Amino acid sequence: MSPSLVLIQLLSGLAHAMVLFLIASGLSLIFGVTRIVNFAHGSFYMLAAYLTYTLAATLPLGAAAFYVAVLLAAASVGLAGLGVEVALLRRVYRAPELYQLLLTFALVLVVADVVKLFWGSENLTGPAAPGLAGSVEIAGQLFPTYDLALIGLGPLVAAGLWWLFYRTRWGVLIRAATQDREMVAVLGVDQARLFTSVFVLGSFLAGLGGALQVPRQALTNVMDASIITEAFVVVVVGGMGSVPGALLAAALIGVIDAFGVLVLPRASLVVPFVVMAVVLIVRPWGLLGRPEVQQRTAGGAIVTAGTVRVPPRWLAAVLAALIAVPPFLPTFHVWVLVEILAFALFAASLHLLMGTGGMVSFGHAASFGLGAYGAALLVTWTKAPMLLAFAAAPLAAAVGAALYGYFCVRLSSIYFAMLTLAFAQIAFAIVHQWYDVTGGDNGLLGIWPAAWLAGPLAYYYLALTACGGGIALLARIGRAPFGLTLRAARDHARRAETVGINIRLHQWTAFVVAGFFGGVAGGTFAFLKGSVFPNLLAVPMSVEPLVMVLLGGVQAPAGAPVGAAIYKLLDTVATRYTEYWQLVLGAILILLVLAFPRGILGVVGDRRA
Amino acid sequence: MRRHRVSATLGTLLLLTALAAPVAAQAPIKIGEINSFSGIGAPFTGPYRQAVEMAVEEVNAKGGVLGRKLEVVFRDDKGQPAEAQKHAQELVASEKVALISGTFLSNVGLAVSDWAKQNRVLFVAAEPLTEALTWAKGHDHVFRVRPNTYEQGRMLAEKAAKLKYTKWAAIGPNYEYGKRAWETFRDRLKELRPEAQTVGEHWPTLGKIEPSQFVTAILGESPDALYVSLFGSDWIAFVREADKRGLFKKMFVVGILLGEPEYIDPLKLEAPEGMLVTGYPWYDLQLPAHKEFVAKFTKRTDKNPVLGSLVGYITYLSIAEAIRKAGSTDTDKLVAAFRGLKVETPIGPISFRASDGQSTMGAWVGTTKLDAKRGVGIMVNYEYIPGDRVLPSDDEVKKMRVGN
Repeated sequence: MSPSLVLIQLLSGLAHAMVLFLIASGLSLIFGVTRIVNFAHGSFYMLAAYLTYTLAATLPLGAAAFYVAVLLAAASVGLAGLGVEVALLRRVYRAPELYQLLLTFALVLVVADVVKLFWGSENLTGPAAPGLAGSVEIAGQLFPTYDLALIGLGPLVAAGLWWLFYRTRWGVLIRAATQDREMVAVLGVDQARLFTSVFVLGSFLAGLGGALQVPRQALTNVMDASIITEAFVVVVVGGMGSVPGALLAAALIGVIDAFGVLVLPRASLVVPFVVMAVVLIVRPWGLLGRPEVQQRTAGGAIVTAGTVRVPPRWLAAVLAALIAVPPFLPTFHVWVLVEILAFALFAASLHLLMGTGGMVSFGHAASFGLGAYGAALLVTWTKAPMLLAFAAAPLAAAVGAALYGYFCVRLSSIYFAMLTLAFAQIAFAIVHQWYDVTGGDNGLLGIWPAAWLAGPLAYYYLALTACGGGIALLARIGRAPFGLTLRAARDHARRAETVGINIRLHQWTAFVVAGFFGGVAGGTFAFLKGSVFPNLLAVPMSVEPLVMVLLGGVQAPAGAPVGAAIYKLLDTVATRYTEYWQLVLGAILILLVLAFPRGILGVVGDRRA
Repeated sequence: MRRHRVSATLGTLLLLTALAAPVAAQAPIKIGEINSFSGIGAPFTGPYRQAVEMAVEEVNAKGGVLGRKLEVVFRDDKGQPAEAQKHAQELVASEKVALISGTFLSNVGLAVSDWAKQNRVLFVAAEPLTEALTWAKGHDHVFRVRPNTYEQGRMLAEKAAKLKYTKWAAIGPNYEYGKRAWETFRDRLKELRPEAQTVGEHWPTLGKIEPSQFVTAILGESPDALYVSLFGSDWIAFVREADKRGLFKKMFVVGILLGEPEYIDPLKLEAPEGMLVTGYPWYDLQLPAHKEFVAKFTKRTDKNPVLGSLVGYITYLSIAEAIRKAGSTDTDKLVAAFRGLKVETPIGPISFRASDGQSTMGAWVGTTKLDAKRGVGIMVNYEYIPGDRVLPSDDEVKKMRVGN
């Protein structure tokens, strides 16, 4: 490759990096100050792109229309951010931190369908930027003028943000809140206003990023999902809450991506996540972030009150119904019940980590997927009998969890979450690209139960035994000394250490146990579907159990299965009756979060108390 | 307190709806249609669905089949295999459909096909392109309408072999489709032109292409010709970047599917000219039956048909014809009816091969050109190549299907 091409490749990487920077800096700011993991950030990005498309075509301003449209779209999305923060997020600030995540997830669903409603689902090609549509010659190669303009714009925005943070009072408050927001509140700063303004600015930046993509990329209904994980990578690598960090990380990821294409063309899926994992292991707070200040409550501290218990007679009634009723149900309902059981156990295993252990995993799909693939690979390559493969599922997942858990438990709170995400994405990429063994995206087929277990009822009772048994065991583990020790470590790591508890060992063990049961769930799911595909390890699969645990109530061990049942039922019904299932599901989730700000069992528990 | 009661009532209602027993199938013959109406397949399935509805209305207007009306029950697989398989269960168990049809993405098609094999249900795949569906993973209960990756790759290779280009590069999504589309083309090209060589292969992540890097990489390899199996948003982004960087002036481009209105229309006048593509020149086909199809579809939807529309229409004509021939909705009889089934379609007669269930529907191979009047790219100098001209023989199929 000639030097001129290397230069062009560098510039290409930087142009992409600048768009990434705009989005990631907004995300980073919002997280830094409000601690909201804003899944809807990608939705704002998408919304602004579509708005730009329409505005540029309708504004009667000639060549200026596009540029006005970009600003208007970004501003409108900033306003949408204002609406969301004031109308929704503010209502749940008092709930445990992660409930805001649930709201932003619901927003992702709603915005996706709103875009579909207004703009349709076909791909759209936006206008070129007037005046910047051509290309210039650099070292004998053509390079798009627009990309050069982006490379210039990125540092300008960064400089503007720097001025805002270091030369205005508002900026001082933001920096203070990023470091210790409780202290800022104690000093009498109106937190609500601060949060709102940050959310608006963050959304505006996401919108600007989206609007500026219009001349480069196609508009699609899934552009939100395709940007959000990459934005998280940049935020983590740069350091949470650090704008210069986001700029550096975006440039780094952009350039690594660009040259990765040349050096390791087949690894493009995995490279950013390997970078993220390495950074998290070596320097958890990111390149330019600051090590987290010891919070007054340790760890993730997402559980504020005591545990909500469900009376034993309720449990007995549910169990009796689960045993006695299915023979009288139509076949399809039995299959749905099996799926619910698998997800109930999957969510319950996550609950051990995030509820009991205070360790929020964004990558729990890895255990589900490794379990499913463990069983499926055994069936495919050794023709193993079904029950043997079924038993192998949890082992595969536990071994995987032991491996990456070793690194994860060295971190806490959001850094822990992000490292789990990185490992899950690495596992996803391996499964997706290793065609000879895993079948790649075509998956592994023919993973059916043994003949005597293949009927709906027989398989249901197997699933009930495996998943119901798993849930019971997890509940028992939560109450056992081991579970209580985990809770001690969650509630006050230092005190726990002082009394001689080896925190890491306990957390690592919990990670392996959660992986094991996640694997049981994955195995159950694999034989239910008869096939496995890489999307079992993809990001949405990690988000689902998180949503279920939160929906059910993170304080209640029984919350996870309840959340799983409600979420799966809503999803199944909404998908069946409307094309706009995302809108319906999202709206219901929003209502549920507002009505049950600590999850369904959390609120029920409060009322009883 | 009140809020909680409201939510509780809401929850109960939803539960009741979920568990309410489905209404038993009466007179109409139900067909389960599973497709990606949301997710990454969504941009392409809307016009397909409209044509399916059109076909079924037409069949019903003529009195239906076996004296019964056809009714299509649509389900959204969200682009996820597991979701599609769940719908298949529901459609067969609760809706009592006679057969399952549809799917767009290859992996979804494979998942439904494997489920159909296990449960002995007929599956008529409309659009998934993977060859495995009818060959390596083929079985008695699966049939497919659209010409697969192998067929289209070969059609292009036979045309490309007549051109002067020998240094080839390839770019496609990092999915089986992208890779197989290139491999079948490359292998056939090498058979016909042994001096052809590959100078580079590029596999960006599906739906997430950052095209400038790939354009530089390809320019750096300076091939004579580039084979593209990108599609949808990836293809649009690639074109915009490649055009600004002069890529289309420096090399000849062959694109599988890229002459289909699904992929060329969104580019409007940015569509590259002079590419060798497979596609669907609906605007230019002179068969009276096809002209009628276009007129009806345009009148109904106010939109041009796309290839998906044609495939949807043909799929449901074929299903109606198979039920008629079987004289029953019994799966075994339907499977028997589909073997060797002949169907009159807007583009002439096609048949479903008895050996592998692949239809003989072909594809149009031609060159792209801009049509300033309509403001989109079109195909010129095209030729319709029927599927049977490139499909492997029954003996070869038998070898590929060993052990299934």
